[in-house]
Amino acid sequence: MNNKEKANMLRGKARELRVTALKMIHKAGSGHPGGSLSAADFMAALYFDEMNIRPEEPKWADRDRFVLSKGHVCPILYSSLALKGYFPYETIYTLRVQGSILQGHPDMKVCPGVDISTGSLGQGLSTAVGMAIAGKRDNKDYRVFCLVGDGESQEGQIWEAVMTAVKYKLDNLVIIVDNNNLQNDNTCDVVMPTGDLKGKFQAFGCETQGIDGHNMDEIVEALANAREKNGIPKVIVGKTVKGKGVSFMENVVLWHGMAPNDEQLAIALKEVEGE
Amino acid sequence: MSGKATRDAYGEAILELGKANPDIYVVDADIGKSCKTVPFFEQLPNQHVNVGIAEQNCCGVAAGLATTGKIPFVTTYAVFGSMRMVEQIRQEVCYPKLNVKIACSHGGFTPASDGASHQAIEDMGILRTIPGMTVVMPADYYSAKKLVKAAAEIKGAVYLRFTRDPIPFIYPEDAEFEIGKAVKLKDGKDIAIIANGDIMSVALKAAEELEAKGYSVKLLDMHTIKPLDMAAVNDVIDNIGKIITVEDHNILNGLGSAVCEVVAEKGKGIVKRVGIQDKFGESAPYEYLLGVNGITVENIVNSALEMLK
Ligand SMILES: Cc1ncc(C[n+]2csc(CCOP(=O)(O)OP(=O)(O)O)c2C)c(N)n1
Ligand SMILES: [Mg+2]
Repeated sequence: MNNKEKANMLRGKARELRVTALKMIHKAGSGHPGGSLSAADFMAALYFDEMNIRPEEPKWADRDRFVLSKGHVCPILYSSLALKGYFPYETIYTLRVQGSILQGHPDMKVCPGVDISTGSLGQGLSTAVGMAIAGKRDNKDYRVFCLVGDGESQEGQIWEAVMTAVKYKLDNLVIIVDNNNLQNDNTCDVVMPTGDLKGKFQAFGCETQGIDGHNMDEIVEALANAREKNGIPKVIVGKTVKGKGVSFMENVVLWHGMAPNDEQLAIALKEVEGE
Repeated sequence: MSGKATRDAYGEAILELGKANPDIYVVDADIGKSCKTVPFFEQLPNQHVNVGIAEQNCCGVAAGLATTGKIPFVTTYAVFGSMRMVEQIRQEVCYPKLNVKIACSHGGFTPASDGASHQAIEDMGILRTIPGMTVVMPADYYSAKKLVKAAAEIKGAVYLRFTRDPIPFIYPEDAEFEIGKAVKLKDGKDIAIIANGDIMSVALKAAEELEAKGYSVKLLDMHTIKPLDMAAVNDVIDNIGKIITVEDHNILNGLGSAVCEVVAEKGKGIVKRVGIQDKFGESAPYEYLLGVNGITVENIVNSALEMLK
């Protein structure tokens, strides 16, 4: 597959991920669609191309790790795992149901493919750093990918973790920032301006790339660049649109954490599938 | 006084553990010198991480290491290890059931001159409310060495609390300890003293004074307040009924509270809690801080005599 074909394949996967996430949030009656949709293109590229994983052996010691630091968008992670075959597709309809492996925020104890439990913002990146340090110390080739929200980057712990990544020369760590400029209460600009995130990560000593987080060609290229073993942690800041793909959800703060009703789901699926 | 700080025991035990098992890691937050991990760092640099003054991150990095099979010991002061990183412990260690130890020096009033900011009086109570957490404070240097090693053997979260300052030896070097199992330092039938940590020598002296007055005293070292040794507490309730708890910790939610919970649910027995009277310390001599809180031989003896009336 050449790069063009690959990007086309991944665009198709991103569509499937969006459809799956919307369906599961609709069925659950609650969840976080906005940040799931903004991260869908990155997730497609990671799970269907970049990451070295074995769905049939979720705890394979040499696997690449994925840390969903912004744990509330687990529907897009669960969609990726379902489509990769970590569990039967129908499981998606048990999101947030008592006893389900698909807890409201990821639980590594019960859900195959979840490398760490998250949900409290600001903490996942530290665990990704720990995994990456272990990989270096054990001379393993695996890499660790960590998805961070822009609102989440207001947590001081994120920057504690970045300093540690730079100190320990974690070129096996790829931090992806979903820069959709929305958080829970309002836009980041209003709640707490995060400013030039790319510049901030750069200033901390990371190798940073700024891209359109919905342009699959750019995502594939950025992930390829991030493979370089040069002793520097990699950061990809993706400019994204919260709710991407569903017109009435796009850039609407309300859709951060609300489930579509039957009617809204029908419209949303039509828009995403007919993209 | 013949004794040693239990933080020294930690430093020695963790080095021995690390040499024997390459999966043992120390994750420091810039107080390795004070927490006695420098020999570990110097001799086992490949098993050591220092994240700087960033305790929340320290805990998270340890959790990440634990997902790969390492056994990290987060090392800091008790105030920071129980409060600055408490939610990280909850979210990334206890909830996912990861094998991370939180090893903290400066428990209770033992950093006496540092003042209230550095005197952890709430730590064991806070951490005992988190599901899956084991909470331990050894009573002397020898038991600390053994209990650190026992903690490494347990798969799961353990909070270990050490003293900054030297405390008297209680045990012989070859004594054995099991996490979750109280040690009977004295057997008796009139009254029971249940204590832990650095004030064990105070409890021991009080027991001896009561014996001199003709009473038969049982003294338990409850080094693990969670899981509490239910068999030992139930035995005391059933066979003695009169209990004094002694701890260098707030009387709220520490050892005394844990014992009271069992007594209350049993609907029998009576407990007097000797400990920090829900107030902050200050820079002062250790004995003064214990004294103003009634953690004294005299107060324990008088409380016992009151109960024995
Ligand atoms: C420590 C913490 N504080 C608050 C919350 C509640 N919360 C959940 S999502 C969210 C907004 C997240 O914004 P962002 O990181 O930008 O995520 P995205 O826009 O991608 O959904 C908040 C405040 C939380 N989960 N954790
Ligand atoms: Mg956002």
